[in-house]
Amino acid sequence: MLPKEYRTISGLSGPLMMVENTADVRYDELVEIELANGEKRRGRVLEIESTRALVQVFEGTSGIDVEGTKARFLGGVLMLPVARDMLGRVFNGRGEPIDGGANLISDKKLDINGMPMNPYSRDFPSEFIQTGISTIDGLNPMVRGQKLPIFSASGLPHNRMAAQIARQAAVIGGGHEDFAVVFAAMGITFEEASFFMEDFRKTGALQRTVLYINLADDPAIERITTPRIALTAAEYLAFECDMHVVVILTDLTNYCEALREISAARKEVPGRRGYPGYLYTDLATMYERAGRLKGKKGSITQIPILTMPEDDKTHPIPDLTGYITEGQIILSRALHRKGIYPPVDVLPSLSRLKDKGIGKDRTREDHADLMNQLFAAYARGKEAKELAVILGEGALTEEDKAFAAFSDVFEDRYIRQGEYENRTIEGTLELGWDLLTMIPTKELKRIRDAYIEKYLKPKLAKSEPGKGDPKQTTSAGAKG
Amino acid sequence: MANEEKFQDVKIQGVIERISGPLVVAKGMLGASMYDVVHIGEIGLIGEIVELKEDTASIQAYEETSGLKPGEPVICLGEPLSVELGPGIIEQFYDGIQRPLELIEKAAKSHFISRGINVPAIDRGKKWKFTPKVKAGDLVEEGDVLGVVQETVIVEHRIMVPHGLRGTVKSIRAGDLTVEETAAVIEYKGVQHEVKMLQRWPVRTPRPVTRRLPPNVPMSTGQRVVDAFFPIALGGTACVPGPFGSGKTVIQHQFAKWAQAQIVVYVGCGERGNEMTDVLLEFPELEDPQSGHPLMKRTTLIANTSNMPVAAREASIYTAITLAEYYRDMGYSVALMADSTSRWAEALREMSGRLEEMPGEEGYPAYLGTRLASFYERAGRCIVKGKDGKEGSISVIGAVSPPGGDLSEPVTQNTLRVTKVFWGLDANLAYQRHFPAINWLSSYSLYTETLDEYWNGRFDDEWSGLRIQAMSLLEEEDQLREVVRLVGIDALSKEERMVLETAKSLREDFLHQNAFHEVDTYASMDKQFRMLKTIIRFHHAGMDALKKGAPMNELFNLPVREQIARMRYLEEKHIDRIDKLEDTIKEEINRLVPDAAAFKGGEQNVA
Repeated sequence: MLPKEYRTISGLSGPLMMVENTADVRYDELVEIELANGEKRRGRVLEIESTRALVQVFEGTSGIDVEGTKARFLGGVLMLPVARDMLGRVFNGRGEPIDGGANLISDKKLDINGMPMNPYSRDFPSEFIQTGISTIDGLNPMVRGQKLPIFSASGLPHNRMAAQIARQAAVIGGGHEDFAVVFAAMGITFEEASFFMEDFRKTGALQRTVLYINLADDPAIERITTPRIALTAAEYLAFECDMHVVVILTDLTNYCEALREISAARKEVPGRRGYPGYLYTDLATMYERAGRLKGKKGSITQIPILTMPEDDKTHPIPDLTGYITEGQIILSRALHRKGIYPPVDVLPSLSRLKDKGIGKDRTREDHADLMNQLFAAYARGKEAKELAVILGEGALTEEDKAFAAFSDVFEDRYIRQGEYENRTIEGTLELGWDLLTMIPTKELKRIRDAYIEKYLKPKLAKSEPGKGDPKQTTSAGAKG
Repeated sequence: MANEEKFQDVKIQGVIERISGPLVVAKGMLGASMYDVVHIGEIGLIGEIVELKEDTASIQAYEETSGLKPGEPVICLGEPLSVELGPGIIEQFYDGIQRPLELIEKAAKSHFISRGINVPAIDRGKKWKFTPKVKAGDLVEEGDVLGVVQETVIVEHRIMVPHGLRGTVKSIRAGDLTVEETAAVIEYKGVQHEVKMLQRWPVRTPRPVTRRLPPNVPMSTGQRVVDAFFPIALGGTACVPGPFGSGKTVIQHQFAKWAQAQIVVYVGCGERGNEMTDVLLEFPELEDPQSGHPLMKRTTLIANTSNMPVAAREASIYTAITLAEYYRDMGYSVALMADSTSRWAEALREMSGRLEEMPGEEGYPAYLGTRLASFYERAGRCIVKGKDGKEGSISVIGAVSPPGGDLSEPVTQNTLRVTKVFWGLDANLAYQRHFPAINWLSSYSLYTETLDEYWNGRFDDEWSGLRIQAMSLLEEEDQLREVVRLVGIDALSKEERMVLETAKSLREDFLHQNAFHEVDTYASMDKQFRMLKTIIRFHHAGMDALKKGAPMNELFNLPVREQIARMRYLEEKHIDRIDKLEDTIKEEINRLVPDAAAFKGGEQNVA
């Protein structure tokens, strides 16, 4: 049966289109719009009031008129054709191939909105992922099935870091064969997009990557569907093809802007800063699609990237994201200025699932204590340094001086690492112990005695902390 | 649909007029009442009427509405949203409208939640061993226990006379019964009423009690900063606001694990799916310190994660408190953890926006405050219905997630107006990995004074003194640190340095508690008292010694201090070792004082 065609478009406003005298139109239904010049666009039904349907046009409404344009309601919701062959391909934000290759041959179509995972059916993420980056592996360990965003800001190297994670991420003892990356770009520039594509191509990662690219000059409204398409592809790869999928979403800020645009066009009561009141729920329907399921081999790990407007963590986008995701990696402009890569702001960064993925049989028994101690020591060192700025070094106690010196060396050796330096977890842990020798043993209150005895090597203990004595340990730069 | 025979005699059937997200507007609903449950469309989504205008009803749908179209039927069930009460609630894992998630998985044959699934909240087929507590001929009134069922190893489920019923027991059965079989027949004025184990109660109506009691009995939680400084009483209400990453959820989990309650209802309202899975997997493994059985044997979980339909999130809080009230009525102390009430308020806001109501502050509806207040008012310690005057209580601990950590926002402010305990989480403490990140300067508990009486009775009148000293040391530390920040540590006197040292010891050795350390995660009140006493004793002994000329740096570096720092890792069965530290303190400090003989005199004051 051919779908009915309506020529009864009564109004257009922003990305929205009103169609009159409709019958049998379903909520959330997919709409095909044919412009007077034959161009076809797509949209979905946002609201129906008896015989009027409000349609959100994915590609934007420019060029649509009320006279010559036709709307067809297609009956179902937006579906994405999926197949294992998606790997290695590049698609646009609507899921159409743009790499010049053939169309995807698929035997399956999935609803891009997905369905909520039953919390009863979830399996708790507990497999440690080694990213090769000390600040993540050692201090904010990531596990399979986690959603761990990077809070960045304009001008910071979040893209390089995301690419490094995608390149290096591995589970200890696991191979590469069942590992895939799904990459969704929302409103990023061509330059940024090609950086990722180039990097994936160069390192051979492209064969196990699916890219969905919505560039800055593509219709903003399309960005609403891009991440959902990417996550649908990820769900297929993870739960039907048994792959471990890392999903990189960048940049969520652009996504939220698009959402705000639609909300404003619908004249909804705005929440904070003009974002719709349902921003939390909307973001959650994407972020919560990460996870593991009982009895399934695959997993979805999400690394959403967002740029904080004015480096402000309390802005609604990072704020609501932080409430949904399982931690956050925050990048620091101050560290970046000092030339430290990756500029991970260790103290406010957090991985909520860290305790499940580390410890005996996973990484090493001392990992948790060591992590807590490094955090505490770095925090104290930073505090001492602030004090020294006001009062001068002389005002510090001996202990505080040791901590201050520790924090400098910590930034220089632990946080800083090369873009292609892939540290093993053992290397990262040893490096941590090594740095702790700069601090009086009595102050190591967060670590159990047994571990101090076992792992703390006293060789640096008595030496003057700080400069001139970085006995380069073998483990620091170990390659994985 | 399986509903057909169930709803044969339903007269009210309307048609869908408008659909906008979770809001469905239906016409032809004359005769329906506010908050009646409806089935929407051909697939039978569950919803609730939230607004009526003549024959037009606005309905909030508890399931995703995509695919609905105008003209589809809406059937009103003529009953408000209710929960099913009976044995089988404990150890269950429900969604926001009391559907067991395990059965949803079976019915959907999928790991994902599909729509229009209708599963019973309580297993109809399972047989429970019912032991009568009354006999034929007995006079009973509402709330009286007719008989009991061993629901889990620790929970004895008491089947009560339903509210509004009294009379003479005509007959009562013993033995294995399903929840739908008649357990007893009660006759009142010639009319016979069959009482089954399965009962229903509308979620938005509080269950009545006989009399409310003052909150003067503590509910210990095993968390030192809470029990010692900002305690909560049985039947009390508490609020935990904090920015993300400050450890709200871990604190809620800790309370659910270690709070001294007989029943725990944990509701994950608009939060992460993995967190609920964590509880689900962990609680059967963890041992309840009071009973020695797995924690899950006294827990019921309700999950409406952030990606599940938003309207059901609104209902989940009411489902939870009604289940809590049911167990309270049996005479249990119930602890309800709600994580997070902000998400519930957001669900209110979203529905309110779709209903085009006039918004109040930040888009929240004007009735946010009253809704929050009436929820928290359902907490309390009371004499429940029934002749035997049983005592039951519900303590509510609600997490609040203020946007940007800004406590001036409407949800936090409205919550603070009704709750009695405020545990303010501090992002700075969290960055320093000081957990629980409860700020000791800004938090408060209005129960402290009433509960001091209780603890003083148990700890030889020493408790409140220790608490007040510790608190003032921390206050003093805050001021001294300000001085240090301006003029440096050298500007302080020896005594002031001692205050800083003790305050640091209080912070690091007492207030800081590692939820993931097998021993440190829980501290009994006996242990807390001993720890606090030891730290304060060291302070006094140290002060005395300093006055007598003991060298400061050596005092601060005494070996006993390391033992003090490790008190918290002592297992509960070894806590008497903490008492011995007192002698060690005396001994080591004595050695520092130049004239030990002279010090002997001062020691009397200390001990």
